[in-house]
Amino acid sequence: MTDTSKRSSLIGRNLLAGAEPDVAGDAGHEDHPPRVGFFTDTSVCIGCKACEVACKEWNAVPEDGLDFTGMSFDNTQGLSASTWRHVAFIEQNKPLGRAETGVDHGDVDVLALAAQGSGTPVEEAAITPTSAAPPSDGGQNGLRWLMSSDVCKHCTHAACLDVCPTGALFRTEFGTVVVQDDVCNGCGYCVPACPYGVIDVRPEDGGAHKCTLCYDRLGAGQEPACAKACPTDSIQFGPLDELRERAAARVEQLHRVGVEDARLYGHDPGDGVGGDGAFFLLLDEPEVYGLPPDPVVTTRDLPSMWRHAGAAALTLLGGVAAVFAAQGGVGGRRTGRRR
Amino acid sequence: MSESDVTRDGIRGARPGRDAQVGKGMGDGKRRGRRGGKGRGGERSMVPRAEFTSYYGRPVLNPPTWRSRDIAGYFFLGGLAGAGSVLAAGAELTGRPAMARALKVSSTAALAGSTAALIHDLGRPGRFANMLRVFKPTSPMSVGSWLLAAYGPMAGAAAVSDLAGRLPRSGRAATVGAALLGPAVASYTAVLAADTAVPAWHDGYRELPYLFVGSAAMAAGGMALLASPVAENAPARGVALLGTAVETAAVKAMERRLGVVAETYREGRAGKLMRAAEALSVAGALGGALLGRRSRPAAAVSGAALLAASAGTRFGVFHAGMRSAEDPKYTVLPQRERLEARRERPEDD
Repeated sequence: MTDTSKRSSLIGRNLLAGAEPDVAGDAGHEDHPPRVGFFTDTSVCIGCKACEVACKEWNAVPEDGLDFTGMSFDNTQGLSASTWRHVAFIEQNKPLGRAETGVDHGDVDVLALAAQGSGTPVEEAAITPTSAAPPSDGGQNGLRWLMSSDVCKHCTHAACLDVCPTGALFRTEFGTVVVQDDVCNGCGYCVPACPYGVIDVRPEDGGAHKCTLCYDRLGAGQEPACAKACPTDSIQFGPLDELRERAAARVEQLHRVGVEDARLYGHDPGDGVGGDGAFFLLLDEPEVYGLPPDPVVTTRDLPSMWRHAGAAALTLLGGVAAVFAAQGGVGGRRTGRRR
Repeated sequence: MSESDVTRDGIRGARPGRDAQVGKGMGDGKRRGRRGGKGRGGERSMVPRAEFTSYYGRPVLNPPTWRSRDIAGYFFLGGLAGAGSVLAAGAELTGRPAMARALKVSSTAALAGSTAALIHDLGRPGRFANMLRVFKPTSPMSVGSWLLAAYGPMAGAAAVSDLAGRLPRSGRAATVGAALLGPAVASYTAVLAADTAVPAWHDGYRELPYLFVGSAAMAAGGMALLASPVAENAPARGVALLGTAVETAAVKAMERRLGVVAETYREGRAGKLMRAAEALSVAGALGGALLGRRSRPAAAVSGAALLAASAGTRFGVFHAGMRSAEDPKYTVLPQRERLEARRERPEDD
């Protein structure tokens, strides 16, 4: 009784923004399993792209263009309708924590060597070096590779789902967000609504597609294909509460051993999207990985938008009425006198 | 790889906590002193505040897949139809039958064009009827679909009744009904654009509805100047002036609010369109006001300029949005500023 009466009220449930503890329940699922998600610990990602392959294979996602980008080892470029996992590669002139390799490379600038093309000194090399590396900060040489497997965030407040006019996007009993391909009419509204640039329309079939968190596998009690394939457990799957605890412990552990850059991204239920179902441990600012630093679900402001649009509509109606009132009938005032 | 399974009853065979080995053996765990601004501080200093980082310059957002001709064209046509219905009712109620008829016809034609453009823009046009599968207040496109479904028949009935001279009472009711829904048709498209993550649209959500109704009034006033006799066009001149004033004020207010994102309205293709639209609207509104009462050709030319100005603004807004979505700068910088402001104001321990 109290449960239903609570459910029937829209107030105080943070349905558009803010922390929302029971997304599946609010979507109408009763006796649903716990909300699940991904914790992607990028500090152990080795950039093998097994997740990209496993996702494509399991979900029968078609080829997404074969380009050579020159962006490190990343020719996938970003998430799209036909790329549901994307491994980012970032090369930085910066040491990772206080890693001791046991060999002193203090006077070697690895990026300069890479630009030069070999370990042979420039004057003895047969090839012309392409470019010199920038002077390293603080006199310390180091190279670190940041790799991170990006995916749909399955937001607590999913803008794609909110703005979908057909109901093709829906919230599953696991708290994830999935497109029903047989309902989607390809209006494309979800595409600019997503603050992360995840969902997109596939030109070949005109429909919107994105990660389903392997809804079919979840239903059969399996973990998603990418998490299953990840050889380093960089992609961890499980109930969101458990993942958040594990992530907090991991970040603390990394800080303890000197990886001070480690920070969580998307874990906070108080953030602009109410927390992500798929969150990350990053080693640099989010935008370095192509992620927005402070994403906000656009529908948070929708009530205010409707109010402004209503006021504007009344302005139009009132303004035109006032013009007609001022002018009077055809026989009235100016035109009348002129005749 | 993990051994655990997720079932409907929860996790079966949960793994023990996994300890990845990165960081193990990296010294004794005591923090070294920060040398020369290394660590987090040093990292910050590498990226000065005014600049921004991105992933190889790639956009953070996926830009809209909408075609400009269809969607910006719809913004224009929808405004012309909606505001036109208000003018048509005003003209009919104040005894200006020629103007009323012209606007009823133009609204119906604009609405037909809008519907065609919207269906054409769908990835799967055959499924356009799915738009009426649900009613969702959180989706401006769903609200708009229902709005058009209600407004369209009324606007059409008003025009048909007028042209055929049949059922005058029903025609009058349809005219008034269309006039009441028309302003909503003209203004909701602003919410349609603003309810996205596109910085140039979302961040201007307070001004965009006024910009859109101003532009709609301009278009309808222009159409009335173009298509009605001089004896009847006095209100059209007033509405054109009003629309131009509202739109110009809204554009200025929005650009002030947008900060760095306002560049997208001032530069490139959008900038050209916005400037041309501003010049045309002022010329059309003043030309109509000063010459429109005397000369039919002058009224027609002013009306055409106003229509072109309204279209120019809509295409300008559309292209500004596209540009702001395609350049990561307009996504990252305002969000960084927001974070910075939040960090400076409320102190969390």
